[in-house]
Amino acid sequence: MSERVPLVEMRNMAVAFGGVHAVDDVSIDLYPGEVVGLVGGNGAGKTTLIKTLSGAHKADSGEIFIDGEPVAISTPRDAKALGIETIYQTLELADNIDAPGNVFLGRELTTRLGNLDSSAMEDATRKVMGRLNPRFETFVVPVESLSGGQRQSVAIARAVHFNARILIMDEPTAALGPAETKQVRELIRQLQQEEIGIFMISHDIHDVYDLADRISVMLQGKLVGTVNKGDVTVDEILAMIILGKKPEEVTQKDIAQLAEGGLAVG
Amino acid sequence: MTQVSDAVQSQVEEQTPRRKGGFLRTMEIDLRVFGMVLALAVILIGFGIKTNGRFLEPVNLVNLAVQSVSIAILATGMVLIIVSRNIDLSVGSVVGVVAMLYAQLMARVLPDIIGFDHPLMWVIALAAGVALGAAIGGLQGFIIAYIGVPSFVVTLGGLLAFRGATWAVTKGVTISPVDPTFKLLGGGPKGSIGGTASWIVGLLVCVAIVLFLVSNRRQKQRFGFPVRPMWAETLVGVVGCAAVLGMVSIFNAYKWPEALAQRHAEETGTTIPPGGLPAGIPWPVIVLIGVTIAMTFLATRRRFGRYVYSIGGNPEATELAGIKTRWAIMKTFILMGVLCAVSAAVATARLDGATLDLGEGYELYVIAAAVIGGTSFAGGIGTIPGAVLGALVMASLSYGLSFIGMSSPIQDIVAGIVLIAAVGFDTINRRRKK
Repeated sequence: MSERVPLVEMRNMAVAFGGVHAVDDVSIDLYPGEVVGLVGGNGAGKTTLIKTLSGAHKADSGEIFIDGEPVAISTPRDAKALGIETIYQTLELADNIDAPGNVFLGRELTTRLGNLDSSAMEDATRKVMGRLNPRFETFVVPVESLSGGQRQSVAIARAVHFNARILIMDEPTAALGPAETKQVRELIRQLQQEEIGIFMISHDIHDVYDLADRISVMLQGKLVGTVNKGDVTVDEILAMIILGKKPEEVTQKDIAQLAEGGLAVG
Repeated sequence: MTQVSDAVQSQVEEQTPRRKGGFLRTMEIDLRVFGMVLALAVILIGFGIKTNGRFLEPVNLVNLAVQSVSIAILATGMVLIIVSRNIDLSVGSVVGVVAMLYAQLMARVLPDIIGFDHPLMWVIALAAGVALGAAIGGLQGFIIAYIGVPSFVVTLGGLLAFRGATWAVTKGVTISPVDPTFKLLGGGPKGSIGGTASWIVGLLVCVAIVLFLVSNRRQKQRFGFPVRPMWAETLVGVVGCAAVLGMVSIFNAYKWPEALAQRHAEETGTTIPPGGLPAGIPWPVIVLIGVTIAMTFLATRRRFGRYVYSIGGNPEATELAGIKTRWAIMKTFILMGVLCAVSAAVATARLDGATLDLGEGYELYVIAAAVIGGTSFAGGIGTIPGAVLGALVMASLSYGLSFIGMSSPIQDIVAGIVLIAAVGFDTINRRRKK
């Protein structure tokens, strides 16, 4: 993979809140068609790091390269213009507006006179939903009255409809039941085929282990390391998340300690 | 027994999910607006019965409509302000300051410059007023949206400051009169469009209703979406047109007073038709209809309106969708300022001048009208026709109560109770739905 140009490369990113280093000199990258899991405990800095890529938060220092070119991302608009779409853990839907309105929020289809073309938006939403979640049928009610899985479908539809090249998913399956989780997994596989690069953020390694090609672990704002999934076991990654040590640094004693406290951690 | 019918009921609903809710759902009528129309009808008929029909005479209905215009115009803008989770307490004072500008320009400043009966005087005055309203709204909106001072505080300050400014500039005296053309905006027999023109306007509105229904249906069919059954579509059209023409006939049933009609006939060289000279639709009502249509269009068919509602539903999500939320908020306040200028024009024209207390207390009635009309303080919910109906409900109550001889304090007590009852009813209704 190393001879290819990475789709995204974030170098030496840093974000501080007051005196607290939420993200401290972190570098990660992502290749086309690849899923990179970004894991770590609460407060590890995963979400803050990724927000600098989605334009929701400005980095204090560091550089971002897309296709090897340096870019400046300071607003969500900048990110979207570069083909970066984000599905937030909180989904960030306007509850009082219907599904097509949310899918096209900020990018409404209009008629020649600049009026909202609701029918065209509903039609496009029906088409994208036909691909993502064929059972989705509620297009004319506020999304407030939809189930968790349906709301997730709306958020995903919004991200994939506009030909995203880079997709950021923050805890994509945290609020979903088993059937809906399976659906999201199938969708991610499908997007991978389309050469989209995906960052999956989770505090739970089990959420991302199946899908991820590589896994980057963060602890207290620092990058512990990035590993190929095939080279490590789940336990070794758990050790990285909790102890902040790379696999080769972990001793038998550490593993034993982890096994004892394993239940509390898992 | 009940179980069986429930089971049948749910089966029926499964087969026709779009029809759930019965007749009203089939007709695609907004339940809240329907309720408001019903409430308004009950109030009008109630007062009608109480006064043996005198309350429902055309002259009273026309007066009532004209009286509600200033508040209703402001309420259309207040909906967007409250929907985006803000408030504007300064509207009454802004109306006052703009009204004073109108009167000052037309009674004192412009006559010295362009002469007393200059045909463009009303245009210049109106343009200056709209510019002042927009500037005040823009200033308040900028402080709220870009500097981040809460709208409650900024507009509370505005309420005090602009009333004070009016006082300081005019030393508290009443300024009169206004330009005769400008005065048409105040209504009355002279300020109405006349019988024939009223029928023409009515027919044009009917044509617009039919065209709107047809184009909406075509648009849905283009994408193969479900449409109303043809009978429902026809019924909506017929009821809509009947309501419009019914209102026109009420306005036309309102006749010029005899002496005034006589003089008017002599001046214009026309004859008075048997049964009296119909006044027709008052200009202020025409203005209100125009404002309501324009604001509804802005709120439901334009990006700006969509963003105002999405800010009300979820401000962070709207920001993350890449929308310039601050600019949208500032625009709602500019729009409110322009509407203050329109409302002030109607009020100034009715009074034929401006007094220091013009517009005082408007903010409370305007907010009440919006809230009675279904606008939620939690943000994201509210319609413009609902707010106009809310203003009409408030105006009918106060006009009716004074008509049956209730004193002002009693009117205020009733208005307060109605406000709380309307919102209470709404809250219970919404909780039950969840």
